[in-house]
Amino acid sequence: MTEVRVTVDGVNYADDVEPRMLLAQYLRETLGKTGTLIGCDTSNCGACTVSLNGQSVKSCSVLAVQADGAEVTTIEGLARDGTLHPVQEAFRECHGLQCGYCTPGMIMAAVDLLGDNPDPTEQEVREGIEGNLCRCTGYQNIVRAVQSAAKTMKPGAAQPTEQAAPVAGGGN
Amino acid sequence: MIPAKFDYVRPSSVEEAVSALQQAGEDAKILAGGQSLLPVLRLRMAAPSTVIDLGGIPELKRIGEDDQYVMVGAMATHHEVMRNDLIKQHVELISQATETVADPQVRHRGTLGGALAHADPAGDLGAAALALDAEFVILGSGGTRLVPAAEFFQDYFTTAIGEGEILTMIRFPKYTGWKTHYEKFNRVAQAWSMVAVAVALKVDGGSISEARIGLTNMGNVPIRATGVERALVGQAAGPDVAKAAAEHATEGTSAPSDADAAADYREHLAKVLTGRAVLAAAG
Ligand SMILES: Cc1cc2nc3c(=O)[nH]c(=O)nc-3n(C[C@H](O)[C@H](O)[C@H](O)COP(=O)(O)OP(=O)(O)OC[C@H]3O[C@@H](n4cnc5c(N)ncnc54)[C@H](O)[C@@H]3O)c2cc1C
Ligand code: FES
Ligand code: FES
Repeated sequence: MTEVRVTVDGVNYADDVEPRMLLAQYLRETLGKTGTLIGCDTSNCGACTVSLNGQSVKSCSVLAVQADGAEVTTIEGLARDGTLHPVQEAFRECHGLQCGYCTPGMIMAAVDLLGDNPDPTEQEVREGIEGNLCRCTGYQNIVRAVQSAAKTMKPGAAQPTEQAAPVAGGGN
Repeated sequence: MIPAKFDYVRPSSVEEAVSALQQAGEDAKILAGGQSLLPVLRLRMAAPSTVIDLGGIPELKRIGEDDQYVMVGAMATHHEVMRNDLIKQHVELISQATETVADPQVRHRGTLGGALAHADPAGDLGAAALALDAEFVILGSGGTRLVPAAEFFQDYFTTAIGEGEILTMIRFPKYTGWKTHYEKFNRVAQAWSMVAVAVALKVDGGSISEARIGLTNMGNVPIRATGVERALVGQAAGPDVAKAAAEHATEGTSAPSDADAAADYREHLAKVLTGRAVLAAAG
């Protein structure tokens, strides 16, 4: 067993884990954060996407021990005091989901994209979510949701709430 | 699935890494970004006794230069390589090929050294490294050796990195001012190249004075398209010249047939993509 110390969604944890434990497994099984999903065995689907030290990663393709000392934000850490993150809100508004299986990963990938590129073109949105597969929507409304979120998150744009939108990876 | 059990070592220097590797014996595996290794372990296609994680060695992430070379630490991520100004300025072909690799999440973790050491024939960085005559710095218990790209790629998933050795750095001669392009053809849902072409041209007064061209996935290893290179030198790059030169793209290749494409289709692609890549580079 090896010790890992991580901050996940703003809370510090220290756990002894087997080195072979995947970060996705650690989040779901040790911490009970089942908002992060696992959809494949081949690192293709992106359902497991979380933010690791401010960068999106596929948590099925990172060992928990590799996250030692890191800050992780999952889909469960995006909402603030019961208010959805603008990207979450935009997925709801624009019907950016059907079954919802890809949604946590899609949203985490979109948050990463917008942190990097606050005003992406349609093509840039498609490239930004290239690592995430959706079997239901045909992507159309997902792309629309991300672009709509970009508008709400723009500095100076009328925010749906008083609160500033948390930035990508901001697990504060 | 999850990987089979293994011991985990996270050395903090390259010397420690080499001695850990020696101690662990032939069943040890190096872990770089894990974007090829972890899927392999999850599918239980490999079950190493020890995994040696290079993630705790800051010097392996360094990107620097001297008069002649740009030096890239093996653990520089695709994301870092893509955005590095030295690489953009002097070896832009590497930035361009790296941008086409995988997706943002994989590029945040995957490394230049890992991709080259993995040596997947469909991987995008080998052809670019070969075209640019990159040199590979390999460290073992006996010290460091320098292997040219033409000798580094030996076979399907096989490189010159020996047992007990670590790839520490890749150095690229500077090609400042060269015109470059990476043209890739892949299935939409997967980024891996069915075929791709890496082109670097030196253009003087409107005509091509030097050409370097590498092919991805046209054999077990990346291949230099020397016939195309020869056909381009001394010519002004235009559609007719590009098309005629591209006819040589399949010389010396042995394209695989697989679920994505048959060999003759890959040969067709190699010619079409070479023509496009030359024109785009000369652009
Ligand atoms: C969904 C997906 C799509 C992808 N698409 C593409 C693509 O389009 N094009 C492309 O080129 N690649 C693609 N890749 C692969 C990606 O580029 C990987 O990052 C790369 O192949 C491996 O780099 P890594 O740092 O993750 O290495 P790892 O997975 O950690 O290691 C790979 C292998 O190299 C060995 N190794 C690693 N570093 C060293 C070293 N310094 N010295 C000695 N041995 C070492 C390891 O032991 C292992 O055998 C894709 C991967 C995924 C998951
Ligand atoms: S579970 Fe599919 S990419 Fe991680
Ligand atoms: S909404 Fe069902 S997979 Fe995307």
